[in-house]
Amino acid sequence: MKGLEDLIADASVFAGLEPRRLALIAGCAGNAHIRAGTMLFQEGQPADRFFLIRHGAIALEVHSPGTGSHVIETLGEGEVVGWSWLFKPYRWQFDARAIQPARLVAFDGACLRAKCDADHELGYQLMQRFASAMLERLQATRLQLLDIYGDARTPA
Amino acid sequence: MHAPQLELSRPGRGPMVPAPFEVVAKRRDTVDTWTLELEPRSGELLRFAPGQFTMLSAGGAGEVPISISGDPGRPERLVHTVRAVGLATRAICDADPGRVLGVRGPFGTPWPVEEVRGLDVVVAAGGIGLAPLRPALIELLSRRGEYGRLVLLYGGRAPDQLLYGDQLRDWAERGFEVLVTVDGAGPEWLGHVGVVTRLVKRAELDWTTAAAMLCGPEVMLRFMVTALLDQGVSSGRIYASMERNMQCGIGHCGHCQLGPTLVCRDGPVYRWSELERWLAIREL
Repeated sequence: MKGLEDLIADASVFAGLEPRRLALIAGCAGNAHIRAGTMLFQEGQPADRFFLIRHGAIALEVHSPGTGSHVIETLGEGEVVGWSWLFKPYRWQFDARAIQPARLVAFDGACLRAKCDADHELGYQLMQRFASAMLERLQATRLQLLDIYGDARTPA
Repeated sequence: MHAPQLELSRPGRGPMVPAPFEVVAKRRDTVDTWTLELEPRSGELLRFAPGQFTMLSAGGAGEVPISISGDPGRPERLVHTVRAVGLATRAICDADPGRVLGVRGPFGTPWPVEEVRGLDVVVAAGGIGLAPLRPALIELLSRRGEYGRLVLLYGGRAPDQLLYGDQLRDWAERGFEVLVTVDGAGPEWLGHVGVVTRLVKRAELDWTTAAAMLCGPEVMLRFMVTALLDQGVSSGRIYASMERNMQCGIGHCGHCQLGPTLVCRDGPVYRWSELERWLAIREL
């Protein structure tokens, strides 16, 4: 059975970090489980953690009065859930719900921010990785916004 | 181009003369998309290769290029999945069993199902782009043992706009790894939500020796190709079906020019390495 440091080292978002820095990150982490249908976090709540999905799937949702919840993205194995712990005011912008039973690594956001403040190289390395993941998600979201299937210019 | 030009017309009938085909079955796939099954009035079978299209017409509503979406092994039935978006396609979708439509073709280059034998194959479709790929999927599965891993990446706008729901399950049972995503959904949808290019990292195959067949909106094709190249797929092994304003279907009128090629004659299926320089030029 893999320890937390191994699980973290295997995640693409932490790939290439030195073992001593992986150990620092693991010091802020713990295992978590969530049942299908359970909310992982909700919009407006304090964003004090983020998650690495080991198994299962998490849906990011936004709730609209009158029309209910709308799924805007699903995340799966090896992906990170949550950026709001990184930036003030540290509040979730969306809901997150498990659509399958999920095993996660949960990270304490305040703990990791404190370690990044004390070790700027760790902070820089993490920011590089998170920025890259966020850029990938931003670009995918832009494509979603294009609604490319709405206008049939594909072969009929 | 990557494949030899196929015979443009059936003997005894000029390529510009439509043959009468009768609608014998019709199924609604989504709110605006229908699948029609046609049989030739003459009894003369329309044999085709996966990826080819016909010019389809309904009375005086005009003629449009529609990819064939049926089983190449069953030429007795010509199958088209059509989205009603204009005058001609609406008239075609309105045709009930018993109605006669005009058919010219088949035209165009096929998917390279022979060339990719022995390789892992990823098939990526967006929206109604799954319809032109369906004959290739059927062909690949009919000779399952001749290929490596088979992966279908399929993206749609919403769950109720996905095509061929039952067949997606059937293809998954018969050897395709089927990954489906939609751009948006309600909480009752337990599948993937996100743009189709995000599925690439979820597929498990040997990318460096894999081949890819793509069909969908052109912007999706560009981003899908980028995602595939990032994984290590060679641009010479990526094939895409293109759409331009095809009118004659036989390379005479020039309306569907793309760079030095004519999509109706040299396409619609192109090898990406032959295509990318022309797609980099806007409004070409």
